[in-house]
Amino acid sequence: MSQEGMNGVPHRGKVLTVDNMNPNVKRVEYAVRGPIVQRAVQIEKELKEGVKKPFTEVIKANIGDAHAMGQKPITFLRQVLALCSYPELLNDNKFPEDAKNRAQRILQACGGHSIGAYSASQGIECIRQDVSRYIEKRDGGIPSNPDNIFLSAGASDAITTMLKLQVSGEGRNRTGVMIPIPQYPLYSAALADLGGIQINYYLDEDRCWALDVTELRRAVTAARQHCNPRVLCIINPGNPTGQVQSRQCIEDVIRFAKEEHLFLMADEVYQDNVYAEGCKFHSFKKVLFEMGPEYSSTVEMASFHSTSKCYMGECGFRGGYMEVINLDPEVKAQLIKLVSVRLCPPVTGQALLDLVVNPPQPDEPSYTTFIKERTAVLAALAEKARLTEEVFNTVPGIRCNPVQGAMYTFPCITLPQKAISQAKEKGLAPDMFYCMKLLEEMGICLVPGSGFGQREGTHHFRMTILPPTEKLKIMLDKIREFHQKFTQEFS
Amino acid sequence: MSLLRGINPNLRNIRNSELAPLGMRAWQIKDELRQGARKPYKELIDVSSADPHRAGVKPLSFVRQVLAVCYYPQLAKSDKLPADVRQRAQRLLGTCAGGSAGSYCPAGGIPEIIDIVCEFISRRDDGVPSYPENIFITSGAQRAFVEILNILVNTLRSPITGVLTPCPSYPPGNMAVVMLGGAVVPYYLDEEQGWELKIDELHRALESAKGVCDPTVLYVINPGNPTGHVQSRKSIEEVIRFASEKRLFLMVDEVYQDSVFEQESRFVSYKKVLAEMGPPLSHTVEMASFHSVSKGFIGECGLRGGYVELVNVDPSVMRNLYTLMSRDASTTTGQLALDLMINPPQPGDPSYPLYNEETQYIRATWVQNVKRVLEVLNSLPGISCQPVKGGGYALPRLHLPPGAIQKAKEVGMLPDYFYCSRLLEETELCVGAGSENGQRESTYHIRLCITTSVDTMEEVLRRLTSFHIQFMKDFS
Repeated sequence: MSQEGMNGVPHRGKVLTVDNMNPNVKRVEYAVRGPIVQRAVQIEKELKEGVKKPFTEVIKANIGDAHAMGQKPITFLRQVLALCSYPELLNDNKFPEDAKNRAQRILQACGGHSIGAYSASQGIECIRQDVSRYIEKRDGGIPSNPDNIFLSAGASDAITTMLKLQVSGEGRNRTGVMIPIPQYPLYSAALADLGGIQINYYLDEDRCWALDVTELRRAVTAARQHCNPRVLCIINPGNPTGQVQSRQCIEDVIRFAKEEHLFLMADEVYQDNVYAEGCKFHSFKKVLFEMGPEYSSTVEMASFHSTSKCYMGECGFRGGYMEVINLDPEVKAQLIKLVSVRLCPPVTGQALLDLVVNPPQPDEPSYTTFIKERTAVLAALAEKARLTEEVFNTVPGIRCNPVQGAMYTFPCITLPQKAISQAKEKGLAPDMFYCMKLLEEMGICLVPGSGFGQREGTHHFRMTILPPTEKLKIMLDKIREFHQKFTQEFS
Repeated sequence: MSLLRGINPNLRNIRNSELAPLGMRAWQIKDELRQGARKPYKELIDVSSADPHRAGVKPLSFVRQVLAVCYYPQLAKSDKLPADVRQRAQRLLGTCAGGSAGSYCPAGGIPEIIDIVCEFISRRDDGVPSYPENIFITSGAQRAFVEILNILVNTLRSPITGVLTPCPSYPPGNMAVVMLGGAVVPYYLDEEQGWELKIDELHRALESAKGVCDPTVLYVINPGNPTGHVQSRKSIEEVIRFASEKRLFLMVDEVYQDSVFEQESRFVSYKKVLAEMGPPLSHTVEMASFHSVSKGFIGECGLRGGYVELVNVDPSVMRNLYTLMSRDASTTTGQLALDLMINPPQPGDPSYPLYNEETQYIRATWVQNVKRVLEVLNSLPGISCQPVKGGGYALPRLHLPPGAIQKAKEVGMLPDYFYCSRLLEETELCVGAGSENGQRESTYHIRLCITTSVDTMEEVLRRLTSFHIQFMKDFS
């Protein structure tokens, strides 16, 4: 074990150093919780200690965490979870019958009737069956096999698992994975960690972040020079862009994947978050099967969903699943082995997922309240999406595409050359420089576009549309004010 | 021809444990029974994994009451639940963003709970300080274990990173090493001496790695899993010295620290011993210790809560670790359960009497179960069991007649799998086969969870005894 670092300075005899540790780990970044968030947390501490600032609180619009921003949990979901946790409450007549029935069913499927027992590593069987039924219903009857369902700790767990499964090969044969730019940085972080090759394909900002197959083709052809492209990742609805893919686009992507022999990964966690007129969520699986057996029996795919977004916003419970399609049985056996290394997904997350795929029905006592709450959440998000686009587009130097879906806005910001130069001097990406200043002066925490990827020479930030409407309005005004000031200051 | 033929080659090297035919067959039998199939016994008993709730132990009331209120805060409005339950839930919800158990936890863990973990560790270790920046709360100890290994295993070097692992071991620990591209270097625990860890054996194992891999990590499990051995202070000191001398990073799985049954054996943490050995060791030996809510009295395997404490790790490495940990949040539930485990009701609290009663009862059942297992199995011919001082399992040794070993070969099964398979078919009792954990060549073991209810254990012993006597007769 070398005693000296790369600069010749001894490491005081450490066994584990940045020089000998897994080098892939050094390349891992995750902007959503990166340096700007760490600074935001520090500022919050300072505020608590009484340090005077131009603002009294930090508005954290960096992470897609609805509850953190005041969104209320859905009553039915929480009632069932409480019943599962402390089954003595089943004797309490304040809980509706349908909540009790769900809880009893879930508990019966758990070892020792407790959510504290390990489950099978693929997930509790009756919940996987419920997920299949949900998918069938959603996709107009196209069959779903519970054996193809893998429950997971959020969609992130399943996405990372599939990438882990597929990254292999040496040198020019190393697995390449196509990801959208801009992307949700879990993908780039996972690829860095696994030593997979990241292949960027650019979404078209001028056409509302549309996915263009010509661009996919350009990217994969260029990539074949130096790696073995094997996977194509799609996020629909998009994060951070919010674009909702048209059916035609999805068909084109599937055709492309088949032509280029690519495994499709469809991240669909925002499937209920669709706001714009004329936009509709189409599941990749549904479209695949409607394209006929030439595609549906050959294209290999995994679709991902989660309990963290949509109307539930239950990020902390880590509920999710993936459905795998046309996976080679030998590969599936390896996948089953791989998921067993992490033992099992959190059982409370599995229980929550069961309720999401098996919500109150019209003839059940909780139905009215459930629908009311669900509608209110989605309506509020739709309104905030519209408001955000409207306000940002009144600011000279900010250009905001319609927020068709998901929970974010990713506006393009024009930065004066002087600002760009100063940022470079400080060793910061220009949009990081911008966002840091916004944080220090206005107490608003956003994530710079450089954390998600963007075309060279363009700058963006990602803001969530999750704060309550009143706070959102204030935030939008402050950003408008800040942008004008910033532009003036650096002109 | 599938696209995915060329998958990550490390995966093929992971030995399949959970889905071994035994596990699958147990699930099948359970289904058959549910559908009304006629079998010698009406119920399948599965004690192959240390899952207390599955094996009939009741969850702790305080823990579940607090969680219920955290999930559905309306419950705090009535006074059906004790005051301290409501207060604790209120305090815990106050640590969650937006006051909801459904929001993401901060990277590394909820700061207030990390502080409680530090206090707990310090209290446990008679005042040895613990610092928040060295603690990461994760979804179970296993997640932390994999991430630390991820940093340690450098697959871009040659030879590959070696991890000294105990034999018998905890299978998911070994699987993680293989999955990450590391090499498992087994060191054999001494069965005749109650599964003691012998330094000579560590030396031998290290020697055996020469030219094969680059040993960087020493993985220790204390209390032992599945062996039930509890390390003496002296033994821990020897291991620490060895790690220091041979420049090994220590990974210490201490998830069973609350499960020590014998009065004479006491758990002492590696951290405490290291600190008390003083400089230079206390300032230089690099270590990660793991704890979890899956074991002990709380037994909440399914909630996925745990933490790792790092000692003497390079600050730049810590920064990288922080980024790694921040990519994927752990469950809020797991973090709350951690608080409830290490910060239980105290005398004077309204919930204390019930908490005390429940935990004492659980402790009494462990002691009773261990006593019965040793009594019964050590009185049978062809089976013997070392004392179980702690942990979650007994690991009895099978002294199989040559006829049985021969028959196993004929049907293409490892001898202990063969025994377990017959046991399952004939008595609907599922125990683990020692081959899963590793064992010395030509020795055979079975593994049974001792954190079950008393009644379950009696039934287990009944079925096992009648089966074993017949089995030995059949193959002698």
